[in-house]
Amino acid sequence: MARDTRSLRTSITAKALSLLPRHWKRLLWERLIRLTLAAAAVVSVLTTVGIVSVLLFEAVLFFQEVSILEFLTGTRWTPLFASQHFGILPLITATIITSAGAMLVALPLGLLSAIYLSEYAPDPVRRGLKPVLEVLAGIPTVVYGYFALLFVTPLLRQISPNVSVFNGLSASIVMGIMILPMVSSLSEDAMRAVPRSLREGAYALGSTKLEVSTRVVIPAALSGIAAAFILAISRAVGETMIVAIAAGQNPTFTLNPFVPIETMTAYIVQVSMGDTPTGTLEFKTIFAVGLTLFLLTLMMNLLSQYVVRRFREEYE
Amino acid sequence: MAAASPDFRRRMTRRQWEGRAFHGLCLLAVAVALAMLVLLLVYLARQGLTRVSWEFITSFPSRDPDQAGIKAALLGSIYVVAIAAVVAFTLGVSAAIYLEEYAVRNWRSRIIQVNITNLAGVPSIVYGILGLEIFVRTLGLGRSVLAGGLTMALLVLPIIIIAAQEAIRAVPPSLREGAYALGATRWQAIWHLVLPQAMPGILTGVILAVSRALGETAPLIVMGALTFVPFAPDGPLSRFTVLPIQIFNWTSRPQAGFHEAAAAGIIVLLALLLTMNAAAIVLRNKFQRRPEG
Amino acid sequence: MQQSDAILQTRGLTVYYGSKQAVSDITLDVARHRITAIIGPSGCGKSTLLRCFNRMNDLIPKSRITGQVLFEGRDLYSPTVDPTEIRYQIGMVFQRPNPFPKSIFDNVAFGPRINGFRGDLAELVESSLARAALWAEVKDRLTSSALALSGGQQQRLCIARALAVQPQVILMDEPCSSLDPIATLAIEDLMRELSADYSIVIVTHNMQQAARVSDYTTFLMGIENRGGQIIEYGETRLIFTNPKDERTEAYITGRFG
Ligand SMILES: Nc1ncnc2c1ncn2[C@@H]1O[C@H](COP(=O)(O)OP(=O)(O)O)[C@@H](O)[C@H]1O
Ligand SMILES: [Mg+2]
Repeated sequence: MARDTRSLRTSITAKALSLLPRHWKRLLWERLIRLTLAAAAVVSVLTTVGIVSVLLFEAVLFFQEVSILEFLTGTRWTPLFASQHFGILPLITATIITSAGAMLVALPLGLLSAIYLSEYAPDPVRRGLKPVLEVLAGIPTVVYGYFALLFVTPLLRQISPNVSVFNGLSASIVMGIMILPMVSSLSEDAMRAVPRSLREGAYALGSTKLEVSTRVVIPAALSGIAAAFILAISRAVGETMIVAIAAGQNPTFTLNPFVPIETMTAYIVQVSMGDTPTGTLEFKTIFAVGLTLFLLTLMMNLLSQYVVRRFREEYE
Repeated sequence: MAAASPDFRRRMTRRQWEGRAFHGLCLLAVAVALAMLVLLLVYLARQGLTRVSWEFITSFPSRDPDQAGIKAALLGSIYVVAIAAVVAFTLGVSAAIYLEEYAVRNWRSRIIQVNITNLAGVPSIVYGILGLEIFVRTLGLGRSVLAGGLTMALLVLPIIIIAAQEAIRAVPPSLREGAYALGATRWQAIWHLVLPQAMPGILTGVILAVSRALGETAPLIVMGALTFVPFAPDGPLSRFTVLPIQIFNWTSRPQAGFHEAAAAGIIVLLALLLTMNAAAIVLRNKFQRRPEG
Repeated sequence: MQQSDAILQTRGLTVYYGSKQAVSDITLDVARHRITAIIGPSGCGKSTLLRCFNRMNDLIPKSRITGQVLFEGRDLYSPTVDPTEIRYQIGMVFQRPNPFPKSIFDNVAFGPRINGFRGDLAELVESSLARAALWAEVKDRLTSSALALSGGQQQRLCIARALAVQPQVILMDEPCSSLDPIATLAIEDLMRELSADYSIVIVTHNMQQAARVSDYTTFLMGIENRGGQIIEYGETRLIFTNPKDERTEAYITGRFG
């Protein structure tokens, strides 16, 4: 470190001396660098602009031919058939089944794991366990799809013959496992941010660990936990491969988790894999569906950020 | 003790039991999560381990499940991920430097920041639609590895920006002040001091981003990557497939032989991911143990 | 002091954090219905000692003790004793006020609720707040957040919260160190009043405070790497007017610490 500083010092002084007569050149150089860096930062904004304008542009073309009302309230989705219907509700109910199912798995397991990690686990255990749990989040979703279709579904079919080869249930369970680390990790962060003094205050009144966790820590961390849940739902809604592989490609207007269904994301995959020519009305459906998906998840992400900011308890 | 009435004692006993039951419940939740992980890995190993071989890695796909290999997919993945990593690293680190070191905290920088946070939450399939419209159609790159790599670059850009921002923020201000006091310009301070200090953190972010890009399937499907590619990509405009798409394709076939090939492909994919994440952990530990500069 | 007068006693108490001694060989009696002050330079283990009385140190993974702590003659650290039950009878007020992010009412009602209080909760909350000299200031806004109170009010709320479980002993760890002089006086008055019914142990590094409020004073000082030890213990009046140990004299006259 000391050596670095010294060599740095000599190099900077040398540079400064050689640049002194041409001070303006250095300024210009700094300006140029600044502009280049700013341009890179603007790329992220352009990405958003790109997403919104692409989706809007094509969706507007789509809605010139299909009424928004039919799109939002119709219960039949058959753009790829001869008798075309463009009611997105079957795709929405499928998305609701799979995300709600996933949350039923991820929410209790994730929250309990978070409580264990933050309140019960000794430090070395926590440090070892966290990365292992996060492995679950790092596994590619196509792998989960494989697991859902070829392991979980046959298992479910052994338990109940009502379960089809493609079904929402199997996809939800596996998706729940996938987002569990997200719920537990973010909730744990929120719980660990609760000052120790609050826990001590509760212990000093004769609380058990259960009471400290559920009556002090969780309420104090509630905004962070709620934000984690919302983010997890958003993630489930946008998840693609598990549902495309295991839940099916049948846009059925149903809330039955045992039958084949098709989520918004799975539909986009179906069209992309098929031979639908770009530019046709059938193809434009993916922009309308994509826009719906984008708006839904955007709303949830914004809500989650709002919840954290608005309801954060300020300590000290 | 005086205060301990029988009533209090009874209640106390109950509360203790509740506490123990709750502890057990929490442990159970963690155990279930871990059990699922183990189950998944064991199942995959049993399905596919016997199919993993050098031949499997160096063969092109085939209509015969026992002959099928992942050469094209693996090469495609490497191309796409390499392009994505280079582009996203350059753009992401530049953007992070701008936001942390140059940008004044005003509404403009706030918009950029909120925008980055939200981009990180956009479903990956939406990036596929963006890539299809911008790179494939508008810029005329076709359904090429280059278009795929650029799409992936945009997808992982927020991850790299956020990681790089955190790493840069963790560099103590005293370092910069020290450099300024020696007559360094802002850029010199960044280039010679801030970036080297922040690099382990930035690289951790890059590895996370690369892992994400390596495992993503949906955006490339939408962008139009092929599912059956019996050739290696031969240039940036070559058509291609990637490992996850190959796995998806084999999973969707009815034959058990292809399912085994899919499992073998997954094992290769997971091995790659594991290696990269181990590298990330090593880097992170090195980073965290570094004493104050 | 007679054995029967002591509500809390330590016998050869040594506390370790890992392998480091924080206090060593403490033998001390805490008198019933009196105020006992623990003074000493910072880092000498005052908080550590105090936290042994309600087993709060159990919450620090690396801490361990040797020796004994007796409450009403019974070993607090015997394996049959539940720390939760101890904390129910020995309340604690912390250095920084730590109200829960709940309403004023819910803060005070917290202890009684978890302990299954069956009487009139509103009345208990009122009387606890009244005893903590806070009732008049908050009676119109019991449902508003406790975090909106001033620092001094928050600290009195924490005292009310401790009183509501009707403990026999109240431990206070520098309860006034984050308060202004006026709030400090209010709390000191309160302590004098409470000492009629409660046994109080207060840690303070403010000598005037110890002299003003306490009946007995213990002077603790860190010795090399063996942690804090009792240098002198006795009636406050005597310690402050006629210290036997020259280190005590040096400390209370402000020559170090
Ligand atoms: N949780 C802990 N882990 C390790 N050492 C601690 C811990 N808490 C306190 N100590 C050490 O024990 C000694 C006594 O601390 P403390 O009881 O807080 O002193 P005081 O309250 O008199 O200032 C100090 O040297 C402190 O560094
Ligand atoms: Mg202290």
